[in-house]
Amino acid sequence: MRYLIPILLLFNLPVFAKTHVAKGGSLQQVINIAGNGDTILVYPASYTDNEIVITRSVYLKGVNYPVLDGKKKHEVIAIKANNVTVDGFKIIRSGNSSIEDIAGIKIYNSKNVVIRNNILDDTFFGIYSQYGTNCTIEGNKISAYGKAELQSGNGIHCWKSDSMRIINNNITGHRDGIYFEFVTNAIIWRNNSHGNIRYGLHFMFSNNDSYVSNIFENNGAGVAVMYSHNVKMFRNFFEENWGDAAYGLLLKEISDSYIEGNYFTRNTSGIFMEGASRIHVSKNTFRSNGWGMKIQASCMEINVERNNFLNNTFDVGTNGNLVLNKFDKNYWDKYEGYDINKDKIGDIPFRPVSMYSMIVEKNPPAMILFRSFIAALLDKTEKILPSLTPENLKDDRPLMKPLSL
Amino acid sequence: MRKIIKYVIADILRNKIVIAYTIVLLALSLSVFNLEDNANKGLLSLLNIVLIIVPLISIVFSTIYVYNSSEFIELLVSQPLKRKTIWLSLFLGLAVSLAIAFFIGAGLPIILYASSTTGITMLVIGLMLTIIFVSIAVLASVTTRDKAKGIGKSILLWLYFSILFDGLVLFFLFQFADYPLEKPMVAVSALNPIDLGRILILLQLDVSALMGYTGAIFKDFFGSSLGITIASTVLILWAVLPLLWSLKRFNAKDL
Repeated sequence: MRYLIPILLLFNLPVFAKTHVAKGGSLQQVINIAGNGDTILVYPASYTDNEIVITRSVYLKGVNYPVLDGKKKHEVIAIKANNVTVDGFKIIRSGNSSIEDIAGIKIYNSKNVVIRNNILDDTFFGIYSQYGTNCTIEGNKISAYGKAELQSGNGIHCWKSDSMRIINNNITGHRDGIYFEFVTNAIIWRNNSHGNIRYGLHFMFSNNDSYVSNIFENNGAGVAVMYSHNVKMFRNFFEENWGDAAYGLLLKEISDSYIEGNYFTRNTSGIFMEGASRIHVSKNTFRSNGWGMKIQASCMEINVERNNFLNNTFDVGTNGNLVLNKFDKNYWDKYEGYDINKDKIGDIPFRPVSMYSMIVEKNPPAMILFRSFIAALLDKTEKILPSLTPENLKDDRPLMKPLSL
Repeated sequence: MRKIIKYVIADILRNKIVIAYTIVLLALSLSVFNLEDNANKGLLSLLNIVLIIVPLISIVFSTIYVYNSSEFIELLVSQPLKRKTIWLSLFLGLAVSLAIAFFIGAGLPIILYASSTTGITMLVIGLMLTIIFVSIAVLASVTTRDKAKGIGKSILLWLYFSILFDGLVLFFLFQFADYPLEKPMVAVSALNPIDLGRILILLQLDVSALMGYTGAIFKDFFGSSLGITIASTVLILWAVLPLLWSLKRFNAKDL
């Protein structure tokens, strides 16, 4: 008897849920007559609504991608109820405003919302979560055609949200691909954020988040993680972020975080760190970057271990003599030492900061003399008698063979 | 003219030093490509050879050759031949044979192991540098009668172009660090053919690092078709102008 009541309740629930069908006219009216837990099937047709506000826990299912048009004036879907699912819509031309954050789909103070398999095209903000909790944003294709930072919004924007799951979205042409501000306990997984005007992914004041297996490619300034702690960054790809202020990964005022198994390829700077502390950088591959890592002197307790540095112009750059970081057991393709006892660890330390990277840091036009005889001469002398490069910045146990990562 | 060129080329290609130069270049390039695990690193090592050894051999060998064939030149002058023809044939003979030596020694390995844009750029730059330094060598030798002095002069010129010039540029960069020097640096690089060649190769090899602010200026200039045209023109001028000057001197020279 104790178990019977819950089981009965379970069987009873579907009886109350109904399925509604919308084929043109006002979608809002259909939503208004639906009850909590109902399903609404929406077929391609022309819908007259300006802004659709969902105030009930409904499952809104688009069949064959019905188009909802914001006519460049309105927010398209506003979700103001818990347990709402929006699935399979094509949302185009949301309004554009410099005062309000108008979005294609916006979550207002709701829990357990699922936004899945939608196509968003030419929206100001794509998907916006404001005080959302435990929401899933999955499999959406979000594109915009922004030209300047100020005139475009972010692809997926989360503000003061918690426990968000952002999975397998494809975002392009926005200001920031994914933007987090005051978001906690979120996971960003398998997204592809490319060709955005500013950052592919932008963290501000967001703690205890992870992002795993994402691709960030060819964004205006790469990826920025700022003023946050406990961020885990695993197996992401940071590629082709080119420019003076473009970084594969920019870390500013970050602490207690993990950067593991990522690939940094063909960026001007792979990782740029400023004011970062207690960060583990391990098992990453830095390949063909201008600078593999730039660690400013304001960083402390950065552990760089077991990474591959391959074919970078400069492996590590810094701007001062103070070194409070540790390099251990990395593979550096520029290492010229030997290994007498055959333990696969080089017997003399490697200094990843070259003289010439210090010179270029102080005097950028000197880059024009790079790889000249005089530059090679300076580098060689510096290796024997370090004067300009920081004495303590060295890897005492460099590996002889690259790690298989 | 063709006969003289043929004779000069045949004479130089039979020369032991040129054969040794070819073999050493070949051995170096092959070992460089076989030792390094990727072709790009091989190119990087080859860069130093192209920028330092090739100009050195070209300039020193050509100077000595011109001095050694002074009797041959006198003989030719006594024949009904124009001085211009004699001098240009001599230059062409030198340039073509050294270019062949470079092509066999370094060019073939580059084509075999690294026929990327970077490799081809390096090959072209190497050939250009060979011709330019032959041209500088004939100028150095025609302006000095004494052999030892002439060879000294060409070695000094090589030293200037490959080391001193860069040192001076670095010195000025630091002295005038407070001024925006990016654009003047582009112009300054035209004053040294080795630097110009190096920058053109750098744009292929270190393109990521060059995408920084300063690099972007270089990239914008040298990466555009206009910039490449200008750079090639400047390189050709570096070959043509010393040659014309030396021709003028040779025409007026009392042998």
